[in-house]
Amino acid sequence: MISPAAQTADPWRSHPARIVRIVEEIGGVRSYDLVLDNTAVRAAYRFVPGQFNMLYLPGIGEAAISISSSMATPDLLTHTVRSVGNVTAALARAKVGDPVLIRGPFGNPWPVDQLVDRDVLIVAGGLGLASQRSLIDALVRHATACRSTAVIHGAKRPADLLFQSEYAAWKAAGIDMHPIVDVGDGGWSGPVGLVTKLLDTLPLDPHSTTLLCCGPDRMMMAVAEKACTRGVPAEEVYLSLERNMSCAVAHCGLCQFGPLFVCRDGPVFSFDQISQFLAVPQC
Amino acid sequence: MVVSPSPISEGNIGDWLRLPPAGLQLLIETLAENHRVVGPQVADGAVVYRDLRGIAELPAGWLDEQDGGRYRLHQDPTAGFFDHVVGPHSLKNFLFPARETVASFVRTDGEWVQQTHAPEDRPLAVIGVRACDMAALRIQDKVFLGSGHVDPGYQARRQRLFTVAVNCRRAAATCFCHSMACGPAVEPGFDLALTERDGWFACQIGSPAGHALIQRMANADAGIVSCTVAEVDAAKQVSVDLEASMHARQPQAGAPRPRSLDTHGIRDLLYAQMEHPRWEEVATRCLSCTNCTLVCPTCFCSSVTEVADLSGDHVERERHWASCFTLDHARMHGGSVRSSTASRYRQWVTHKLAGWIDQFDSSGCTGCGRCITWCPVGIDLTEEVAALRHSDPP
Repeated sequence: MISPAAQTADPWRSHPARIVRIVEEIGGVRSYDLVLDNTAVRAAYRFVPGQFNMLYLPGIGEAAISISSSMATPDLLTHTVRSVGNVTAALARAKVGDPVLIRGPFGNPWPVDQLVDRDVLIVAGGLGLASQRSLIDALVRHATACRSTAVIHGAKRPADLLFQSEYAAWKAAGIDMHPIVDVGDGGWSGPVGLVTKLLDTLPLDPHSTTLLCCGPDRMMMAVAEKACTRGVPAEEVYLSLERNMSCAVAHCGLCQFGPLFVCRDGPVFSFDQISQFLAVPQC
Repeated sequence: MVVSPSPISEGNIGDWLRLPPAGLQLLIETLAENHRVVGPQVADGAVVYRDLRGIAELPAGWLDEQDGGRYRLHQDPTAGFFDHVVGPHSLKNFLFPARETVASFVRTDGEWVQQTHAPEDRPLAVIGVRACDMAALRIQDKVFLGSGHVDPGYQARRQRLFTVAVNCRRAAATCFCHSMACGPAVEPGFDLALTERDGWFACQIGSPAGHALIQRMANADAGIVSCTVAEVDAAKQVSVDLEASMHARQPQAGAPRPRSLDTHGIRDLLYAQMEHPRWEEVATRCLSCTNCTLVCPTCFCSSVTEVADLSGDHVERERHWASCFTLDHARMHGGSVRSSTASRYRQWVTHKLAGWIDQFDSSGCTGCGRCITWCPVGIDLTEEVAALRHSDPP
């Protein structure tokens, strides 16, 4: 997390880093492993799952990307990116050894300290799972002392399911995996439909469940409402929002959502914090 | 009874001095030794802040008439140096400039090196800051200095800012500082505050920097003496009387409607009216032109543009004012979150008057009225809030 000392520093100070590995994930999505150049900066860097970095390519721009690697190894920072805009398109052309500048980490993380003895239910839509991979890693390593973990991961097609190569390790660690797709193919024997379909049927103790969701707004709204219908309190439902971010320190105002700065107060919010505004179209 | 004036060397913070126009001239000249001095001047048909060399450049004898979408200057021989009210400029134009480089990078042998920023040049002194704009300064301080992270550029300019505030003697129809508890009397926080009298100024010392400046002027023969008790009382009464008159203002046929804003429970009122049809109605008039956010002395949104030279090896990150009225403001890869004008006007008003309270423990509105005056179609914040208040939710 950002130390108090860091907050008095220039928020526009970027730290040089280097791409040490590029992994092709699904179509148009790659993971970039970055290592900060400066040893002192690298040694001081700590993050909590759910936080994000501003990845900066001078002359091209900057993008807010969540950290998808293990908090146990903060000297190697993975960012899983779909090529959609200026910065991410430039990243798609980058090679191992190329420089990327980093500001961060920023933002309010997943409530990893509040999962002791909880039944953790992770719901991810598409690339939303990237923001939750570092969280799943913490759960796998029993860093949170939760009681159980289940993951519902929805994607358009089977080929769009993210991090499939890690399912075996996650399952071996006791995580209950529930992939679901909008449209199946010949080889797909799993469920077809929206993630909320699985939420209807999944055994769930509303008193001990903490739900952590990342995906498009409308999907998260539907998931949160479904969870509440099943008796999970709104304050035990956490959503990670995506908004336009430029400064990442609550100065530029672009990410505002109701009275909240998504960069500083989020991106992770409890549903009771934001339900009033999430329900309003174009808020 | 004749009270003999005391010498000004006794002047302390809180004390009042009697400043003839020559004393104000000396004040400007003394400030200019160490500061860039700006003050109100008539230019391009409006009173704007410009570099100020002396009192001859001040808008003496000019009055402004303001209404929704209307700003006109006219000469009035009875008007003093500062009887105009606020023009389109505020302190924001200087402390949070419309364009500013926030970081720069140079590439050498394939490696990007961030450059260290040169400190700002001369400290700034602003003459004629009104109560509403001093309130706006306190609000922007919360945004750029008090929200967890400090904006280095703002901080550097703010720490060295010298303010010569002015207590208004007159309010425009668009002024509603009295509703927002932001005026018309200037609150502490100024270095010096002037109240214009008949041919002289009552000058209150508000800070050690203000005191030090007065001390530097003490040796010159500018006729500066301490105010008598009666003069201080009369100067203070100017703001009291103006505030009372603003509360008592009534609409009159043929004259612009005097503005006020009922702030009672306004945060909850606006949050409860997020889907009120009035937002769609105002969107039929709103041009999304961003004027209101540009003239607003507290609006702080910005975005950053990459500015590279032809080699691509020198890059400046240029921050410029952004506006919630543009599609780019809430742009994401899937499009803008707020694609309709109604949603963008709602964002501005609910942020300004409600969200701001959650974020910064104060309203984002000072009642300066600029957004009303400079709206090309005369959309009136006070009227929109009244409409939301006096109609049932959908």
